[in-house]
Amino acid sequence: MTVLADPALAADARRERQFFLSLSLPALFIVGLAAILPIVWIIRQSFLTTGGEYTVGNYEKVLSSGLTWSALATTLELSLGTLAICILLGTPLALALASARPRVANLLMAFVMLPLWTSILVRTYGWLVLLRRDGLINAALTGSGLTAEPLPLVYNFTGTLIGMVHYMLPLFLLPVYAAMRDIDANLVRASASMGATLGQTIRTVILPLSSGGIFSGSIIVFIYTIGFFITPAVLGGGKVNPLSTRIERTLSTFQDWGSASVLGILLLVLMALVGVMFLAARRLIAGRRVGTAYA
Amino acid sequence: MLEAYPDGRLARILLWSLCALVMAFLMLPTLVVVPLSFSASNLLEFPPRAYSLRWYETFFASATWMAALRTSLILGTLTAMIAVPLGLLASISMNRLGGRAAVTIQGVLLTPSIVPGILLAIGLFFVLAAQHLVGTLFGVLVGHVVLAIPVACIVLLPALARFDWNQVQAARSLGANWPRAIGGIIVPQLQISLLSATLMAFLTSLDESVISIFVASGQNSTLPKLMFLSLRDQIDPTIAAISTLWTVIVVVVVLVVTLRQKS
Repeated sequence: MTVLADPALAADARRERQFFLSLSLPALFIVGLAAILPIVWIIRQSFLTTGGEYTVGNYEKVLSSGLTWSALATTLELSLGTLAICILLGTPLALALASARPRVANLLMAFVMLPLWTSILVRTYGWLVLLRRDGLINAALTGSGLTAEPLPLVYNFTGTLIGMVHYMLPLFLLPVYAAMRDIDANLVRASASMGATLGQTIRTVILPLSSGGIFSGSIIVFIYTIGFFITPAVLGGGKVNPLSTRIERTLSTFQDWGSASVLGILLLVLMALVGVMFLAARRLIAGRRVGTAYA
Repeated sequence: MLEAYPDGRLARILLWSLCALVMAFLMLPTLVVVPLSFSASNLLEFPPRAYSLRWYETFFASATWMAALRTSLILGTLTAMIAVPLGLLASISMNRLGGRAAVTIQGVLLTPSIVPGILLAIGLFFVLAAQHLVGTLFGVLVGHVVLAIPVACIVLLPALARFDWNQVQAARSLGANWPRAIGGIIVPQLQISLLSATLMAFLTSLDESVISIFVASGQNSTLPKLMFLSLRDQIDPTIAAISTLWTVIVVVVVLVVTLRQKS
């Protein structure tokens, strides 16, 4: 503080700060140009006719269309479905990994990360091969006599959901695994020594202590899945149409930029709503925890 | 963690069998394409009745696929060359500024990775259409750079946090200006992290599909765009060959990055 009292040094410090700020400018400029300007442009486009005049007609058209609302419903069904399956499969997997020896856990984590590093198109192709009518899974099912007829596993909601869960599970697992690994093993031992069964310990010690990780994982799943495009476009076979594929069709097939923009804004609003809901939920959970701590 | 329950054997067996199933679920789609790519048949039979390299030949002999491969490699290289220096400067800036300024900059730089790809894609499409730049390499490149900058920052920020800034202080007090200090002290010290950041930025571009689908066209179509289009129309084993090559490349790159970081 005494140093900064010298006006010359203070000016120097200010100059240095400005210099450091300027180092971010090129990156910020590109983000402004290629991410923020495009979003602003979508908002602008949503109020324009094909001729370029101001209108609210795009909103009237899109919001009065049944297709829009069914797209919204499909988006939410896919997101919530993916989230539910990720929680059901990912949480036990994280528990298994967290309770494994470090070397085993690291090896298994590498395998979990492999799909994360594989192109989404490679994986989608892999699922097509597996899930088709004459695909590997149907061949195994009919061959073993489990089903008489091949099951419709792809080009529908089921196939899309499988593809999305496959994409999101590693991303959900990461924060949950991190949270569980950080749990003090002594707490589990203490719980066991007090006579809690394994189920009780999981319910009353492990799950509450990893709720932060499960929460972060859920946010990641939701944010990603709301805008998913490739998976529904390929594995949905044209029959599963969330907002993302609706946007693409409106733009490419109907050349209707205005309506595509309105659908885009709908997607943004949905994201913002989900974000606010999650933040509120976190505050609520945090508040309750403080409450019980004082009780 | 569960060693306090040595007799919970049934629970443990259940847990690990679920674990094995989920692992199989995660690995299966990536692995299934490998034998398929060596099939001699036009059909997607599994296991293939006879093996051949014909799908690899088809891929390398096709002018369209080769053009797409070239575009993707050029884009990936340019993306890394632009995004890593920008990411490094921004990371130095965030590291030195600290506090609210750093949080704000980070928030802005992370926007592209939070906004759904489809929105970035159509927005960029509109902006580029207004400048008559749809279908140019430039349009896709800008989109890829903006996605690769946060990736580069995520690798470089922790490296800069570990960096001993006294070295820069010393260089500065000996008369080196900032560009000299960055080029002569920071860059050589951060070599390994910069290499990781470069590879990650390259992979980000190589893997990006949604922006390419909307913005790239004709000669400038990328590999993922072409794969997407052919997955929609018909599926032939050429894609299996590409997928296998792709996975091998990615696994090698990731292995190099992780091993270098450990050593």
